[in-house]
Amino acid sequence: MSGVRLLVGTRKGAFVLTSDGTRDRWEVGGPHFGGWEIYHLKGSPVDPNRLYASQSSSWFGQVIQRSHDGGKTWESVGNKFVYDGVPGTHLWYDGTPRPWEFARVWHLEPSLTDPDTVHAGIQDAALFRSTDGGQSWQELPGLRQHPSATVWQPGAGGMCLHTILLDPSRPGRIFVAISAAGVFRSDDAGKTWRPMNRGLRSEQIPDPTAEVGHCVHRIAMHRSRPDVLFMQKHWDVMRSDDAGESWREISGNLPTDFGFPIDVHAHEPETIYVVPIKSDSEHYLPDGKLRVYRSRTGGQEWEPLTRGLPQRDCYVNVLRDAMAVDSLDPCGVYVGTTGGQVYASADAGDSWAAIVRDLPSVVSVEAQTLP
Amino acid sequence: MTIRVVLPAHLRTLAHVDGEVKLDVGAPATQRAVLDALEAGYPMLRGTIRDQVTHRRRAFVRFFACEQDLSHEAPDAPLPEAVATGAEPLLIVGAMAGGC
Repeated sequence: MSGVRLLVGTRKGAFVLTSDGTRDRWEVGGPHFGGWEIYHLKGSPVDPNRLYASQSSSWFGQVIQRSHDGGKTWESVGNKFVYDGVPGTHLWYDGTPRPWEFARVWHLEPSLTDPDTVHAGIQDAALFRSTDGGQSWQELPGLRQHPSATVWQPGAGGMCLHTILLDPSRPGRIFVAISAAGVFRSDDAGKTWRPMNRGLRSEQIPDPTAEVGHCVHRIAMHRSRPDVLFMQKHWDVMRSDDAGESWREISGNLPTDFGFPIDVHAHEPETIYVVPIKSDSEHYLPDGKLRVYRSRTGGQEWEPLTRGLPQRDCYVNVLRDAMAVDSLDPCGVYVGTTGGQVYASADAGDSWAAIVRDLPSVVSVEAQTLP
Repeated sequence: MTIRVVLPAHLRTLAHVDGEVKLDVGAPATQRAVLDALEAGYPMLRGTIRDQVTHRRRAFVRFFACEQDLSHEAPDAPLPEAVATGAEPLLIVGAMAGGC
């Protein structure tokens, strides 16, 4: 029988949550790497038991872990992330130049075809790749060496490359998103990059429609239509129908268009999910209610999904990597909160139940659909 | 000579060791020599105590021995005689901090 495995990264360790295809009962495994910040874990699409995890700590730096058995056992692999050449400067929060400095790996994106190849998005923003299962890492320096990089600035969480999307229909096309620079696309496997931010408007920067400088929180695509991208920006939910060449706003009737995650239904490419957050100065839910919003029309028209979610006194956040979907039918949807809850819906968001309520603050959730 | 090293809990877990680590280090016993031997024996610790390129000690890591703070000693300065002879361990410590 098919099943689902959730890979949950928290501020104090990783957890592996498993269920059969009914998604009624879950086993909670972990903590793995207890006490360490686990920004992200992800499995290979071609070998679901091959997992990669980013483990970090202010004290002891970055570690990369790899599993060959779906998270039962782990081995540490390479953790040497060295920028190619002499890194220049970007801008600090106050607008002064600041040298690039490695802080941590935010996101790991395994190749769509090779379990030994995995990409890493890091802070300060750059893209690295390993082709030996994480043993060694090389920067794809064309991104950081883009002429605009000298004026990239950090968002509140640091200047992080947090989203990596691999186009399943065009090998070599990669989208990345950086806070607070924006979206970039490569069509040559990461050698050269172009900013893809036309149509974005950000009042927090001197030129609201500048080519770079936008605090993009997350982008998502459906693998059947990789030219259609959805974006949760610092403020505004956006959509592109031309592979990022241009964007238009689809916030529509959302109660607030600030938020972090955005994801797409596994079988309905026009069904998307966001979690509105009150504001950039408050970073918690509006009205004390956890409401996942769903649009079945590719944006603009949104409905709140509330059944089974707390509708009073709830002031958590849902971070950018903390939403995921499985590919069962009906599609499962999952969100993890900064309060340590992981909520699951086995009916595309119509109803929800907590899998666990008291984990450390959740940073990331990935869903694997197992045969 | 055999040097005794006490790792912080998180690094013991990462290195899959219990208790002290014992390292054979040639003379003179220095911080650099001990860390070179430690990382050779336990490659998963590379980058967790000192930077892999500059070899600079990570900011939140401290080195104590014989009730002294050796964190700011030169990497090639000899360690105290009691550490070099194995009478006392070199303590690698995560800086004290509460919070999250």
